[in-house]
Amino acid sequence: MESNPNIKTWTPTTIVMVLLIIAGTVIAVYRMVMGLGASTNLNDGYPWGFWLGLDVLGGVAMAAGGFIIACAVYLFNWKKYRPIVRPAILTAFLGYLMAVVALFLDIGHPFRLPHPAFMWQYHSVMWVVAMHVIFYTTTLALEFSPMLFERLGWEKARQAVGKVMVGAVIFGVMLSTLHQSSLGAVFLISPSKMSPLWWDTKLPFHFLVSAVAMGLSMVSFETMLSGKFLQHKVDKEIFYGLARGSLIVLSFYLLLKVYQLFAVASPGMAFDGSVEGNMYLLEMLIGVVVPIGILSVKKMRTNINTIFSVNIMVIVGVILNRLNVCLFSMESYNAWRGFSYSPSWKEFLVSLGVISLGVFLYKMSAKHLPLFSH
Amino acid sequence: MAINRRDFLKFSAGTGLMLTAGATPGQAAPKGQLPPDAVGILYDATLCIGCMSCMVNCKKANSEPGGALYHKETAGLIPFEYPADDKIYDAPDGLSDKTLCVIKAYRGGEQADKASQASKSGPAFSFIKQHCLHCIEPACVSVCPVAALQKQPDTGIVTYNKNKCFGCRYCQVACPFGIPMYEWEKASPSVVKCQLCNHRYAQGKYSACCESCPTGASIFGKVKDLQEEAKRRLTLKPGDTYAYPVKRVDGAERTEQVVSEYVNHVYGLEEAGGTQYLFLAGVSFDKLGFNPKVTNQVYPEFTWSYVSHVPALIGTLLVAGTALRVVTQKIEKKKNAGTGDAP
Repeated sequence: MESNPNIKTWTPTTIVMVLLIIAGTVIAVYRMVMGLGASTNLNDGYPWGFWLGLDVLGGVAMAAGGFIIACAVYLFNWKKYRPIVRPAILTAFLGYLMAVVALFLDIGHPFRLPHPAFMWQYHSVMWVVAMHVIFYTTTLALEFSPMLFERLGWEKARQAVGKVMVGAVIFGVMLSTLHQSSLGAVFLISPSKMSPLWWDTKLPFHFLVSAVAMGLSMVSFETMLSGKFLQHKVDKEIFYGLARGSLIVLSFYLLLKVYQLFAVASPGMAFDGSVEGNMYLLEMLIGVVVPIGILSVKKMRTNINTIFSVNIMVIVGVILNRLNVCLFSMESYNAWRGFSYSPSWKEFLVSLGVISLGVFLYKMSAKHLPLFSH
Repeated sequence: MAINRRDFLKFSAGTGLMLTAGATPGQAAPKGQLPPDAVGILYDATLCIGCMSCMVNCKKANSEPGGALYHKETAGLIPFEYPADDKIYDAPDGLSDKTLCVIKAYRGGEQADKASQASKSGPAFSFIKQHCLHCIEPACVSVCPVAALQKQPDTGIVTYNKNKCFGCRYCQVACPFGIPMYEWEKASPSVVKCQLCNHRYAQGKYSACCESCPTGASIFGKVKDLQEEAKRRLTLKPGDTYAYPVKRVDGAERTEQVVSEYVNHVYGLEEAGGTQYLFLAGVSFDKLGFNPKVTNQVYPEFTWSYVSHVPALIGTLLVAGTALRVVTQKIEKKKNAGTGDAP
């Protein structure tokens, strides 16, 4: 097949993205040479900062669309969503690659990134997470490979992958479900540091459910963008279905969070005007309450423009949740210890570079690979 | 605690996955009880005069080869922390990548409530010594994904292997006491924390902070002896004299001191499941910089309650996924047979 002639490689947005990638790379090299202290504002109170909260936790949550759509099409046999399987898998693959790039830069010894694969310590959630990243990124590469093989005309390889595709999807759904929850489980060890607005023994489940909401919105969001900018139009029913899914998942999530607010924390904590309380309200309003309010009206749920706005709100809300768990939930503890943190411009620039890289690779795949032909 | 390798293997064997995991030696398996030869420190704030001899000697001893502050590149150099523009004396404000042990002072109620302080809540002044507590079940060891942090099976000392560590800093997030520090300024950084002078035992020495403590505020010994000693001190009558052991709980050196009033609590007996570093003080521990939110829970259990279910979840999800696929395919076939048109 040919590259898609309808997609122009150099548009103003793409040029900005490439510039951000270059800037991010320069800072990344600086970080490799000078160390974390010179390039980030991380400290002993906030050992995990913006890169971990946004690029790793947020990026992995964004990638949830891949396993959800693959599960819907291959396991539930909901054929309606077939046109968006490939974009969803590609998003997941790129999301995980971005998370790996961010992890590579974030850990103290980047080139020791494979250590968990050799030095097993199965009591550690972090080890479980590391193994999931390794296996799931490999699985996603396999799920993604047919697009590459079709482009290259490697028919035999394409068929070979086709035979194991269902197995790969089942394996991937298992890995992804566990990986999303494990990222929440990482924080189970910090009950005496985190605000009970977030810390709960059910945190792994909260992470999984919010990741599903995020995944649905993300897939819907990027499919709309692809329709607008990459000439890939799909049936509107797909968006209505995804919006309905978001509504169901978000409502369930709201129930979980309300239960937690009353059973683990106390409602007063959310309204006491503290940093934690305000961040909690912000996250819940943007990402959960307002989207549920809008989506529960049928007229709104079947309006593409409204769905588009809701998608953005859910994505921002869940990213806020990840940043809150990672950073703001420990605000009072760290204030008591005398630590504070706000990301440096270098951290921002690297994060922007990593996100731009993901979007740029997505666009290039749309142009050069059979992403939308299925 | 019900966490051990056998349990884990049972889980693993059930799903036929991760079987080899149990075979790795030196695993950081939480054991639930004090190792028989566990060593530790008892710090009695009522005896501490704030001379900081422990801090000075800790830094010196740990800058020697094998010490927790030793670096090949700076071999022999002691990492002093000078106040800005005044390179006269070492003055760290707290634990850091250059300071494993720190003495801090608490000053309470200096003005209005001076009278009430003195009568109600004991003395309004106390020193406190901070360093790694060497938990009986350390959160840092349980979370370390590469087993760089390990609890020594005999002494119970929590040691750190900088060659394994890849720098995820989960130990810093996990430690309920906020002890591990990171070398942020280095391009090749390590975690820094007290390792109870593990490198000095082979030379017949022991923890430098205790070896150099002139008043008996910090004493070294077997944790069981230290626990007994701490409990005994709580039974003493304020105003009496007592022959406090100096440097070592099992040594001959003693100092006769008038007993001060203690807060009726040995910090570390039960906190976070128990620690090998124990504290006694005349001022409530909340005021001495201990996080009041630290509970007596065994911290590794928080994450183990999740991780222990992972193998079973892997199996369940694989079976559920396969079953779902099989069922939906059957429905599909039936539908096609009924209508007669293939998709």
